[in-house]
Amino acid sequence: MSDENVERARESDAPLTAAVHQRDVAKEVAEDRGWREAALVGRTVTINRPRSELYAFWRDFRNLAAFMENVESVTPGDDRISHWVVKAPAGRTVQWDAIVTEDVPGEVIAWESVEGADIKNTGRIEFRDGPPGRGTEVTATIVYDPPAGELGKLIAKLFQKEPKIQARRELRRFKQLMETGEVSTSEAPDAAPRG
Amino acid sequence: MRALTWHGKHDVRMDSVPDPQIVNPRDAIIKITSTAICGSDLHLYDSYIPSLHKGDILGHEFMGEVVEVGPGSSLTKGQRVVVPFVIACGQCFFCEKQQFAACDNSNPAEKVDMSEVAYGHAMTGAFGYSHLTGGYAGGQAEYVRVPYSDVGPIVIPDGLEDDKVLFLSDILPTGWMAAENCQIEPGDTVAVWGCGPVGLFTIQSAFLMGAHRVIAIDHYPHRLEFAKSMGAEIINYHDVKVREALTEMTGGIGPDAVVDAVGMESHGFTIDNILDAVKTTTKLGTDRTHVLREVIMACRKGGRVSIPGVYGGMADKFPIGALMEKGLQVKTGQTHVHKYLRPLLDMIGEGKIDTTFLISHRLPLESAPEGYRMFKEEQNDVTKVVLKPDWQKEAA
Repeated sequence: MSDENVERARESDAPLTAAVHQRDVAKEVAEDRGWREAALVGRTVTINRPRSELYAFWRDFRNLAAFMENVESVTPGDDRISHWVVKAPAGRTVQWDAIVTEDVPGEVIAWESVEGADIKNTGRIEFRDGPPGRGTEVTATIVYDPPAGELGKLIAKLFQKEPKIQARRELRRFKQLMETGEVSTSEAPDAAPRG
Repeated sequence: MRALTWHGKHDVRMDSVPDPQIVNPRDAIIKITSTAICGSDLHLYDSYIPSLHKGDILGHEFMGEVVEVGPGSSLTKGQRVVVPFVIACGQCFFCEKQQFAACDNSNPAEKVDMSEVAYGHAMTGAFGYSHLTGGYAGGQAEYVRVPYSDVGPIVIPDGLEDDKVLFLSDILPTGWMAAENCQIEPGDTVAVWGCGPVGLFTIQSAFLMGAHRVIAIDHYPHRLEFAKSMGAEIINYHDVKVREALTEMTGGIGPDAVVDAVGMESHGFTIDNILDAVKTTTKLGTDRTHVLREVIMACRKGGRVSIPGVYGGMADKFPIGALMEKGLQVKTGQTHVHKYLRPLLDMIGEGKIDTTFLISHRLPLESAPEGYRMFKEEQNDVTKVVLKPDWQKEAA
């Protein structure tokens, strides 16, 4: 059953990731999935490329490591299953298998981790045409169950510190790669930051 | 290589640092032949801009020779180029609208959090101007890495020496855009606060765009002389009440367009400016906005306000009532340099625009710290410092 705050937020034409009472939204998401708790992260960017091209690039999960900072690799098993290896603090990695739960070409891809994942998580990426001539609006929504225990603390450091910031950085890199063919950087060795 | 690096307030040094390398396919490496110190570099020198790191290479006005290119660059080795201070990808929504200074891609993703919080949206990347604009190494150095080199740099034809074209990198297009933002109509009077390089180029541009009169305001006699030699009428605010003078000089109407070519570090001894100075020193506020207040108060009803001067934070006592009740239009922003390069280069080639008068000092790159000190402390005489990396210190 839905919290009153969440119900009221639904009356606006805005995504729930922008709701004032974020904790109530997360609680509802966790209850829906039977998880202990949940964190919900969402972000939209406009990318000046056709919907079909963006969908196709994302649908080949191997490409994700090219712009996701912490993703070491995503290896497809078959068309629906993929294996994710993600960097964790202290040189460790966390891993899980994910299964595609929804796939509408040119519109949406959703996936969810399967039993035994180091971090239970689900992701959804939607592609919508922007106003005429204005490219594609891409919305990513990630929901995950912050793990408990020692590993949980490490993961928290990685993901929970600023999950919203992480999500918008990843989407920004996706946009850069799709629009310009490269990911902008000022890292050494261009003699830039020494601080 | 040798490079001018920032270490703190009024502390810039020549350091030996690693040479830049090609990182992305569209990069190029430029061997700098001329680079200038910009008035906005003084905001860095004075520590008005946050997020500079010790060791950061400054400099965003530079030109040189292409010495290395990535596979996606359109440049070829040996070409002479001027590089815009704004870094723009050429392919995002903003670049396609020619709003290059709003490019959505050139600032690296891990650098934009601060400007998203401070301004609501991410700033565009720029050379040598703090980590707010990407943390890119600047051009007061022997070499620089230029990202998106197929979009920004303009190739300079033989026969046009460095001094004639160097200012295409920033201050000439900035002055031009400031005048364009005045939307000049026949018979217009334009008032320009600040006769630094941008103010002077705004005056020059305003006349080229058909302004009937330009009135220039400053307190450095030498800079006012430049303005006068370009055909402007002048006001020295040390001796004359600016607003009263402007009203009288324009038949009681006020200037049709006003230009704040001063920005966040305005001088002057009025009460509001002294309070602003105290607040910025004590970190209670960031921007000193005396000139901005004055341009809004002086502008005629229904007139245009152009703000090329740099601001970075919050303004106190902003005359929002005057702005609204007089129905003023405001145009501002970092310069969409790329948009103006070709027409301005043509005008330089045709002799319609000459910018060399501005250069008061030419120094070897090794003397850059001294150049900063002079530019800061001797503003009357030091109008523009150009640094030459291939000059030996002793030869100067």
